[in-house]
Amino acid sequence: MADTLMPEIVEAPPVEERRRAPRVGRTPTTYVLRFVATAYLFLLVAWPVSLVVTRTFDGGFASIQSLLEDPDTVVALQLSAYVAFFSVLINTLFGVGISLLLVRQQFPGKRVLNALLDIPLSVSPIVVGLALVLVYSGRNGWFGSALSSIGFQVIFSTPGIIMATTFVALPLMIREIVPVLEEIGIEQEQAAQSLGANAMQRFWRITLPSIKWGIVYGVVLTLARSLGEFGAVKVVSGNVLGQTRTATLVVEEKYLNFDQQGAYATAFLLAMVSVACIVVVAIIRPKNHA
Amino acid sequence: MIWFSALVLIPLVAVVVTAIDGGWTVFWNTITNGQTMSAIKLTVFTAAGVTLVNVIMGPLIAWVLVRDRFWGKSVLEVMIDIPFALPTIVAGLVLLSLYGNADSPLGIDIANERPAVFLAFLFVTLPFVVRMVQPVLEELELDVEEAAASLGASRMTTFRRIILPSLTPAIAAGAALSFARGVSEYGSLVLLSGNLPFKTEVTSVRILSSIENDNVAAAAAVATVLLAISLAVIVLLDVLQRRVAARG
Repeated sequence: MADTLMPEIVEAPPVEERRRAPRVGRTPTTYVLRFVATAYLFLLVAWPVSLVVTRTFDGGFASIQSLLEDPDTVVALQLSAYVAFFSVLINTLFGVGISLLLVRQQFPGKRVLNALLDIPLSVSPIVVGLALVLVYSGRNGWFGSALSSIGFQVIFSTPGIIMATTFVALPLMIREIVPVLEEIGIEQEQAAQSLGANAMQRFWRITLPSIKWGIVYGVVLTLARSLGEFGAVKVVSGNVLGQTRTATLVVEEKYLNFDQQGAYATAFLLAMVSVACIVVVAIIRPKNHA
Repeated sequence: MIWFSALVLIPLVAVVVTAIDGGWTVFWNTITNGQTMSAIKLTVFTAAGVTLVNVIMGPLIAWVLVRDRFWGKSVLEVMIDIPFALPTIVAGLVLLSLYGNADSPLGIDIANERPAVFLAFLFVTLPFVVRMVQPVLEELELDVEEAAASLGASRMTTFRRIILPSLTPAIAAGAALSFARGVSEYGSLVLLSGNLPFKTEVTSVRILSSIENDNVAAAAAVATVLLAISLAVIVLLDVLQRRVAARG
């Protein structure tokens, strides 16, 4: 979905020019279509987003400043960053592992696994939260009681939030790496093997460098998704002020408490991060193709 | 594999098991409960409507992005991805600031109304069809269209007979994704729709209120319905992807 930007063609070769000629031929339809698409995106995305920015800076930098002076908000922002860091880490490790498994190995049930990997993208975050609560809740979860008897609490604490976040962001990394792995094939690895490289060496020196960019996009997308997760976190976190309240929960809380300035300011911070993420992806991706 | 099962499969199985624990009649009664039913209906119908809009607007936007060239196009490209990357709660706030505020510049205030649900779905599902159609459109051979044109086909005919058939699987896949996403949407609706029972309460919200009332069985029952929908979508996607691959 985040397949972005065609590389801008600066100087098209002559042949290309001739081939593209009919495309540039502009009829009224071209302009109508262009106008409709632009207007639609403007009304649906650009204008609302820009309003949040202007609302945030209604009173200058004061609202951002007061936000950063509020200890509870700072704790929430730190928690969000902490959770995002771990879920990116976990998803990167297992994402690479599962992708290798999916592309390089043949095993029964592979097609099912492949399809199931998309579940987190299409299941409601609330259902994700509920599912985790049912299994890991300290009171009556399937594993939760065993875990809490050894003093490890998952639900209503940080591990639960990390699990929920990891769950929803799971497919992003895999969906970025799998196509790259499929494309590079196994010839290079076989060559390395024939030259006596062991599995570790092959992975570090051949496979990893070639999927590097896939991993980078995956990390960026996972980061954006993790920071922004709301529904699943709301169910598993318990929303304890200063302890398990993440930045997205702060936005809701502030808005419902009629602290619109604070809500807009927090939303602005989150939006900045996610917009930065997609801009980064947009900028590095075309270079990769070239 | 074990990691995947511990994180994803076992919890999801737990939902289904909890749902059918109380027996079929309990499950059925929960689902057909007036408030739940109206939430499910609202969610499904709105998601279907939004998907319809996306099926029309998505290819249109993709077309403009691929075939047209004009100043500021790359900005549009980035804008498509914003709804995907933006935290859903922020998305809700963002829409609220333009369409649901007393001092909205447009003078539109649909907060706590049904159109708000529609709008939120429209926002979060925007990228799906566009991003599915775009790569297919990029790879489409212009020669075929030119051949059709040189044989006397009008633009309309070329579009209908040449372009549309090759885009159909991509559009369908995008539509399936956006339907699934719409049905499961929660974050952006919290602030925007007001969650009024029988009016703007969607299924996800209904599940959450069941959880908060400690009625886990009911929550699981409704969640199972959502799970069934997303599973159906995934199976459909898998089939479609295979068809796209087969066309290669």
